[in-house]
Amino acid sequence: MAKHHVTTTVNGDPVEYLCDSEQTLLDCLRDELDLIGAKEGCSSGDCGACSVLIDGRLVCSCLILGVEAEGKKVETIEGMAQGDELHPLQRKFLEHAALQCGICTPGVLIAAKALLAKNPDPTETQVRYWLAGNLCRCTGYDKIVRAVMDAAAEMRGA
Amino acid sequence: MRYEKPTTVEAATALLAGQGARVLAGGTDLLVQMKARVLNPDVVVDIKGIEATREITKDASGYTIGAAVTGAELKEHPTLSKDWPGLVEAANLIGSTQVQGRASLGGNLCNGSPAADSVPGLIAAGAVATIVGPKGTRTLPVEDIMLAPRKLALTAGEFIVSFKIPARPKHGGDAYLRFIPRTEMDIAVVGCGVALALDDSGTCTAARVSLGAVAARPLLVEDAGKALVGTKVDDAALAKLEAAARAACKPIDDKRGTVEFRVDVAGTLTVRTAKIALERARKV
Repeated sequence: MAKHHVTTTVNGDPVEYLCDSEQTLLDCLRDELDLIGAKEGCSSGDCGACSVLIDGRLVCSCLILGVEAEGKKVETIEGMAQGDELHPLQRKFLEHAALQCGICTPGVLIAAKALLAKNPDPTETQVRYWLAGNLCRCTGYDKIVRAVMDAAAEMRGA
Repeated sequence: MRYEKPTTVEAATALLAGQGARVLAGGTDLLVQMKARVLNPDVVVDIKGIEATREITKDASGYTIGAAVTGAELKEHPTLSKDWPGLVEAANLIGSTQVQGRASLGGNLCNGSPAADSVPGLIAAGAVATIVGPKGTRTLPVEDIMLAPRKLALTAGEFIVSFKIPARPKHGGDAYLRFIPRTEMDIAVVGCGVALALDDSGTCTAARVSLGAVAARPLLVEDAGKALVGTKVDDAALAKLEAAARAACKPIDDKRGTVEFRVDVAGTLTVRTAKIALERARKV
């Protein structure tokens, strides 16, 4: 079976890759494009470690076929910092020590970014519900939630 | 496996009529089952290239919602949450934010799980599926589509293009509740959808009650609806509703709940759901 030739945009850059029908977008990002920020946790859409944005929509890249990214706009953790300048969410995660092993962190950051784009002033409850699909086995979530709330406040200029 | 993304219903039907073909909408069930080797399709037919599966349109007769429209898109629609809040809430209980970005009404139904959250919401709302196949187009009420776990009333080559949701009655309200042992990211132990309509005096003129996860398929419980019609949805009517809901249950014992527990919860949940639907109906 011939491979699919996929033309898409990743973090603002036009990219092309070849993939098999079965390959997920996560496989393509990691194995074809060497973008290994998105992680493979459960491979079943439960853990959120593979979270990316497609056309601004938060999704699990393990539950999307690579070929489905054709013509879309994909955003991953690699596009979050601008050069050496960390995104406020990334900075606040460091300040609040909102990570330990770091496996869930790229997915949490992408999910939090999607939340703040939609709702710049979320309540703690809204943050917790929005991030319910991002499992973290280290932090107990408290520091993550505090970091997101703090980053949101900073980004609002509060 | 082959991946195809047809742009017309005719092309999709032709592909789906072949052996080993599966529909891909949001993929949140299909890809998981492919990875687990529960399903090994020869061809995956991505229906999202067909415009009608991706649109929500509204006219005087109600809404037409494409089968591949996602839960997140339902929630963002400017009027759907006002007219059919229960249906939108049901769809947005499926999985996480990430899953809601992909999961669709058509997929939730055609995955064939009796515990699918959006299905009682659709049934209560009186949704009718538009199905296309090699012999043309037909319509089928949502309650008649799932026959048993993983078994649908669709024949080879057929797939659901969209759902027709009627216009909300003048004083109409709907609601969906599910019981799970935690607050998020779980599968219904019991799910309940209720839609009802009142006349100007507050008497119930129509009611549809649907229960999920208490039988081999999501149920339309006609006796439960009848318990409300002609009443002011007072305590006596709600007691009859509760009894009718329990009487309709034929659940299984599994890790999520025993038969006894599910039957009991179904009655309580149906009353709570009906009260929310009633409150919504009184407000409009």
